[in-house]
Amino acid sequence: MKRVIIIGGGIAGMQSALKLRHRGIEPLIIEKEAELGGKLRGWYVLFPSFTPASDVLNELRNQVQQAGIETRLNTTVESFDRDHVILRGGERLDCDAVILASGFTLFDARIKEEYGYGLYANVYTSADIERMLNEGRVTMKNGKRPKRIAFLHCVGSRDEKVCQKHCSKVCCITGVKQAMELKQRFPEADVFNFYMDIRMFGPGYEEMYREAQIRHNIHFVRGRISEASPTIDGRIQIKAEDTLTGRPLHMSVDMLILLIGMRANDDNASFARSAGLERADNGFFAPKDQFLGNVESNRAGIFYAGTITAPKNIGESLNDAAAVADTVAQYLGA
Amino acid sequence: MRGNNWKDYQKQIADDHYYYARSCIRQNFFPGSEKAFLDIMHNDLGKEFLDDPRHSSCTGIGYHSDVVPLETTMTVVARQFALMNEAGYENFTTSCITSFGIYTEILSTWNEFPETEERTRENLYKATGREFAKPRSIAHTSDVMYHFRDEIAAKAKHRLINVSTGEPLRVVEHIGCHYAKIFPKAGVGGSEFPYVLAGMIESWGGECIDYPERRHCCGFGFRNYLVQANRGYSIANSQKKLESMAPYKPDFIVANCPGCTMFLDKWQYAIAEMEGTTYGQNGQGIPVLTYEEMAGLVLGYDPWELGMQMHQVNVEPLLDKMGIEYDPSAKYLGRNGRYIGQPESSVVNAGCSKTVYDIRE
Repeated sequence: MKRVIIIGGGIAGMQSALKLRHRGIEPLIIEKEAELGGKLRGWYVLFPSFTPASDVLNELRNQVQQAGIETRLNTTVESFDRDHVILRGGERLDCDAVILASGFTLFDARIKEEYGYGLYANVYTSADIERMLNEGRVTMKNGKRPKRIAFLHCVGSRDEKVCQKHCSKVCCITGVKQAMELKQRFPEADVFNFYMDIRMFGPGYEEMYREAQIRHNIHFVRGRISEASPTIDGRIQIKAEDTLTGRPLHMSVDMLILLIGMRANDDNASFARSAGLERADNGFFAPKDQFLGNVESNRAGIFYAGTITAPKNIGESLNDAAAVADTVAQYLGA
Repeated sequence: MRGNNWKDYQKQIADDHYYYARSCIRQNFFPGSEKAFLDIMHNDLGKEFLDDPRHSSCTGIGYHSDVVPLETTMTVVARQFALMNEAGYENFTTSCITSFGIYTEILSTWNEFPETEERTRENLYKATGREFAKPRSIAHTSDVMYHFRDEIAAKAKHRLINVSTGEPLRVVEHIGCHYAKIFPKAGVGGSEFPYVLAGMIESWGGECIDYPERRHCCGFGFRNYLVQANRGYSIANSQKKLESMAPYKPDFIVANCPGCTMFLDKWQYAIAEMEGTTYGQNGQGIPVLTYEEMAGLVLGYDPWELGMQMHQVNVEPLLDKMGIEYDPSAKYLGRNGRYIGQPESSVVNAGCSKTVYDIRE
């Protein structure tokens, strides 16, 4: 039986393994964390349907378990090539092909120092909000209900200053989703989304954006927040320019939520060196062809699935996984 | 609380042997500060600084006012470096924030566009017959003072503590825009949360105030002030900062830029005269210090030797809080003991209010 090593046990890795198994190929998932699931583990509900993230995650995990797919948890890959993977510690695992599905890294909001994340109470990231929603407790630091909430789009995306020129694609809709979730929990609060463009690329997204404005009265302001500062009563003062009215804007909010982008993993560079793979300027891996080979790398026997090549939503990552299984099977003649 | 951010910005600051470049304007605004810096470095810390009378303006104000072309500025900067080389120094330190911005900008431009450096070398040679090597290190003098903050703390005669309550003094630190907003890596602590003054304040016993407009410009902004018709923008910016810091009840403001120190001090006078508003305690303004003056007070220098009688907002309330003894009758005596004149009573010093001009009338 042909053996394929999948680096990364997130949704793309799990789905790839399941699809390979259906084709009679033996997958092995290598995951550096203690459990499968990747970034989806930290998410609460998914746009645009508000499906609980755990529904998708548990289904995939159960299927992986039922299929008896071999999994190595708490295991870090040091380097790889088309026919083997070297683990940290030196162990070598041989295989017939490799699927790289190690995903992305969330942008560290502390790098945008002007927003005070990690410095001021009540500045949060979108990932913090998902965690708080999962814990069933969204509040200000002092436990009070927020009366005014601001979301800032594109933190660590489309930002040359922090070397992240690309669009992270899913933050806009995440901002709309979280604004609606918070408005439902705090109907008395004013919720503002500060954006530079609203990019509603997926089915149902534009409708959700309209619903946020019409049904939930969420305010969308076209303008970047230039800086955040603490006020004497522990709130956050923000400055922005409303570019539609052409006026500067000053506002104090109870919560500032930074919609952080997706960036390329740090270990992409060493993986690219060790396996001779090409990367795009933004650090994500460059597929062999954007149209006819977007799950293949520039080297035969090494394939991609999910956000290793670009920011993607859950559906796209799962589709990638199905596509890569088909491509790998063809490569192996299975 | 900002320790993590600050440790990402570590700057190499030389321990000794500096070529010292003065500011064009500081000696008018705060005439004792540069002398205090050199005295502290020479006499208290035993460091060697060359105060070279041959160096000139960096052209910064002319450059930012569009009256001096960039090529000229580069050549003048190159000449300063040539003088430093001739004197046998490698570490350059400058007293002015605008100059610090100019030097870092020019060095960065030469690095990014080496052809501009080559052209500057030609221009300098043609104009003066000089050649130059770039400095090994470049620091603002507040960087240098920050570098020796613990040595100064060890020799402190007074700390930034209210002697009657034992509480730390509450200090507003204001960083000049050209210190690190242009090149964040050039400043201690980066551009958003510079640590250069905060480090001194903490080492010497004070407490920094974080207020909403902490990072806002003081209002100097060359075009705001140099063009008379724009001065309303200048005072409006200072007022925005003062309004924002006042609820935190600061004991004093310290700045590391000539313009910021002057404008935060003198615009308080203007606002008080225009509207009758003062921002300090007991109806007075908030004293504004240079970091050399702050260090000098900590080391026990006489406030009038430091030139603090030249401030628009009286510093006596601060001296009293710190428990510093001073001779009120010596305040307006010059170095030769002669009376130098003194300002009229003013609203900002809780004086006569009949001068208030109500702008609404």
